Amino acid sequence: MLNDFISQVGPSTVGGLASGAIYALIALGYTMVYGVLRLINFAHSEIFMIGSFAALFVINLMGITGPLSGIALVGTMLLLLLASMAASGGAAVVLERVAYRPLRRRGASRLAALISAIGASIFLQELFALVIIPEVFDRPSQGRNQVPVPRLFDRETVFSIGNTDIRNDHLFIIVAAVVMMVLLDIFVNRTRIGRGIRATSQDPETAVLMGVNIDSIIRTTFLVGGAMAGVASLLYAMEFENLRFNVGFLLGVKAFTAAVLGGIGNLRGALLGGLMLGLIENWGSIFFGSEWKDVIAFSVLVLVLLFRPTGILGESLQRARA
Amino acid sequence: MNANSNVRSGNPLTALRRTVGGYTDGVRDWWATAPRWARWTVYALLIALAIVAPSDAIGSFMSPHSHWASLLFSPIGTYVLLAVGLNVVVGQAGLLDLGFVAFYAIGAYTMAIFGTKYGWNFWPVLVVGIFMTAVSGIILGSPTLRLRGDYLAIVTLGFGEIVRVTAQNTESIGGSRGITNIPHPEPIFGVEFFLDPLPYYYLLLAAIILVVIFAKRLERSRVGRAWEAIREDEDAAELMGVPTFKFKLLAFFIGAMIGGLTGVIWASKVIAIQPPNFPFILSATILAAVVLGGSGNLPGVMIGAFLIAWLPERFRGFADYRILIFGAALVLTMALRPEGLLPPRRRRSISGSVTKPETPPAGGDEAGDDRPAEEVAK
Amino acid sequence: MGDLTGQDSALMIPPSQGAQLAVDEFNAKSTKVKVEMVKYDSQGNPDQAVTQTQQALTQDKITALVGPGFSGESRNVGPILEQAKIPSISASATNPGLAENEWKFWHRVVANDGVQGPAIAEFLVKAKSAKKAFVIDDAQEYGAGLGDVVAKAFESQGVKVERDKIDPQGSDYSSTVTKVKASAPDVIFFGGYYAPLGRLLKQLRDGGVTAVVSSGDGSVDQALVEGAGKDAAEGAVLGCPCLIPFGSDVPELKTFSDNYKAKFGTDPLIYATEGYDAMSAFLKAIEAGNTTSEKINEYLSTIDFPGVSKQIKFNPNGEIAASVIHIYEVKDGKVTWLGDTSKAQLS
Repeated sequence: MLNDFISQVGPSTVGGLASGAIYALIALGYTMVYGVLRLINFAHSEIFMIGSFAALFVINLMGITGPLSGIALVGTMLLLLLASMAASGGAAVVLERVAYRPLRRRGASRLAALISAIGASIFLQELFALVIIPEVFDRPSQGRNQVPVPRLFDRETVFSIGNTDIRNDHLFIIVAAVVMMVLLDIFVNRTRIGRGIRATSQDPETAVLMGVNIDSIIRTTFLVGGAMAGVASLLYAMEFENLRFNVGFLLGVKAFTAAVLGGIGNLRGALLGGLMLGLIENWGSIFFGSEWKDVIAFSVLVLVLLFRPTGILGESLQRARA
Repeated sequence: MNANSNVRSGNPLTALRRTVGGYTDGVRDWWATAPRWARWTVYALLIALAIVAPSDAIGSFMSPHSHWASLLFSPIGTYVLLAVGLNVVVGQAGLLDLGFVAFYAIGAYTMAIFGTKYGWNFWPVLVVGIFMTAVSGIILGSPTLRLRGDYLAIVTLGFGEIVRVTAQNTESIGGSRGITNIPHPEPIFGVEFFLDPLPYYYLLLAAIILVVIFAKRLERSRVGRAWEAIREDEDAAELMGVPTFKFKLLAFFIGAMIGGLTGVIWASKVIAIQPPNFPFILSATILAAVVLGGSGNLPGVMIGAFLIAWLPERFRGFADYRILIFGAALVLTMALRPEGLLPPRRRRSISGSVTKPETPPAGGDEAGDDRPAEEVAK
Repeated sequence: MGDLTGQDSALMIPPSQGAQLAVDEFNAKSTKVKVEMVKYDSQGNPDQAVTQTQQALTQDKITALVGPGFSGESRNVGPILEQAKIPSISASATNPGLAENEWKFWHRVVANDGVQGPAIAEFLVKAKSAKKAFVIDDAQEYGAGLGDVVAKAFESQGVKVERDKIDPQGSDYSSTVTKVKASAPDVIFFGGYYAPLGRLLKQLRDGGVTAVVSSGDGSVDQALVEGAGKDAAEGAVLGCPCLIPFGSDVPELKTFSDNYKAKFGTDPLIYATEGYDAMSAFLKAIEAGNTTSEKINEYLSTIDFPGVSKQIKFNPNGEIAASVIHIYEVKDGKVTWLGDTSKAQLS
């Protein structure tokens, strides 16, 4: 047992951090929307899915079939990043407009919004399975099968620590996720719009009285949360090179778990929760086998909540004394 | 703040919403004041309808693409009973449970294990199954019910997954193969249970009637009022001396028992069960049924469950697109009638007060019924 | 009956088309009796398979059934057909337990996983002189069942076995890759379907695992190569009780492939030949003048004819007598038929 752990802990940590980084980016969307609206945006997993297919769409448009390098790679990556962020962010805004705002206007219960979200989620998945994958991606009657993504760059070991090879793709994911997090943190804590978001999450009614345009703040929140899912979706498409109509579902549940683990509504909590969840899953798998991954993840969640009922870093979109 | 929403009274959706809303409200007002005999007549008619429901004459219209009596048992009947159970937790006590399928699974597994390993008969297993799920409800509830709203949601979701994955990975209860050759119930009152779905349907129907009576009595009791107080404002309830934790646990306990009961009956018909029979999406579907029908109102919840189970089968003709339409319909219904098709009367009178805190604190919330902002605007 | 629109419909559409081809050929020939084929879509869900069967019995009054496609649905539908005395032949349900139910009206034209697993394991041990194997499965009924048999077969050959499971809905298999890498096996076997195998295979190769990867009938599909990528899939060994022609030039197979392609516009894929043979067995019975369900069933017990996939003859328990396992290999990005286990040679 212990020998297994020692021989596998290095590679497990790298894999866990990479998947944790993706969880964390998706978790941001849950956390931001929750912070502002106290709403579990169940359709966020489909926002992620849309971003991943947008990236593939651009890849196909550019006629990329094999690994790139140098300037071409950097340019392509930036373009793809823009495409998937725009698609996910845009989709999130549309989702808010269609599935949430009418309910908000009517003063509906949060339960109704949750069901609306589940409905939107089903609708979007089926839309991709029945229409978009077969038609736009030209895979007739294969809408429910996976769609391959070509390799964007060759995978190489950058350096090794002991028996652990650090690969460039894993490094890229972790670095990209952390950079996005820092940018988002600056946006929320240092800009005017960010202040509006924090104000709304703290006390919406007072925020209105202080002249914050709530509708615009909510739209921005969905846009930014969606864009973060877009980043995650590109990293995912690049790493796993397979997409499906329901690719978001499992990741969505995991990311939401990560958000709660870190403290929902808390941006840094999302990062911490995501990385922790990734590590816990991979380390736990060494001892218990990969089939217990989900049980381990949820058990840790329950334990953490028992001792810290609002997650590790607590709820709150702003810093402790912002 | 609400100015731009008030302009929308010309919206066709709003008009439709009012028409439908006004119509059902009229019926409900009549119902609230209807004399006792009129109510009993309606109850009797409904039960009579449920008894003749499996006939082919009704079936050929209701489900031209599938066998109607089988459908009536599962998914229709099972969904209705599950929804009634979940309604106790979500609708009455206001606890968001995203893992209700776990109790259904525990009930089904109890039936399967006691039936195949120990050769127990259905009827004692029924009792054991309900007991087991009630205990599991307490095991899940006692540590987690101290958590607030959405934390509870993710923990229950996790519980549902833990139960399913554990069943899948535990070889002694069949692992991923599940359990096969589950015995059918022993004959009772001369009725044989074999492959014909009819006796199972009537068994389930009897269970539904009993559970509904039980739930209705509960709703009107002290317990029901305590749940309502917790649902509307937990802090206030606690201050008023309602032992909120105890009552929340009771809601979990009762909801779990009903879920387990459904699981036992279902497993006794299907011969074999496997872990993938209990996916998260089933929890979500039942929750959708509860909210769609009108969380907290039994007839509404039952209609919601019926529609959600029946419509996709009825429209099998549209093959693929039925699920797509189902998703869109959920969004649309929530936009039109966020409180569900048949919301409870008491809840409706204070519509809006259970909303998110950021709801613009204008007009609609105090208006007397469910067409708030537009009316105020005029 | 089978999963015609659900998740795994890629496995069920070919046998259904194979059966359709048999019916059309029969109707074109026969003047006395015309056979109508009704399709039932269970989406691979046992519950739906039951309601669909009830529908087939009471509304459509079917005489015989080709299917159900999967083992789970077969198990739930079997007792109903038994009671209604409707003979069934499945072209693809491979769970060994099905034959132990003493069903008189149930048959299948493929060998079960209890035959498939050991045959593949034996073949691998012989071809690769393996000392250490790693068996992975998808924790689902079919995959885990097959994984268990293969692991046992390896062990009985003196091969050391380690195991892990993956989530077929997941994408990130890094923890499994880490385990495989640490164990450094000679052969890897995966019990499950081609979609997760594609993802796993790619991650194994990226993770630097070079051992030969093998799998069973759920993975014999060109889509495996697409999912894993051409390089990662190269050399994967797949066993199957099914015979997929893949452009073979054996005369009978070629005729079948050509007819199939002319009708459906695609090459016959997994279980297409078996679907054709299952339906042919019924049609032979009808040709011999049996038109009632019970007579057809009696005739099936004596049937013995060369089908496209193999000799069609049933044991009393409904199993096919000739249990041949075929081996396929991914060569130059194409799944290629190598022959049955006794003849196949890996490149």
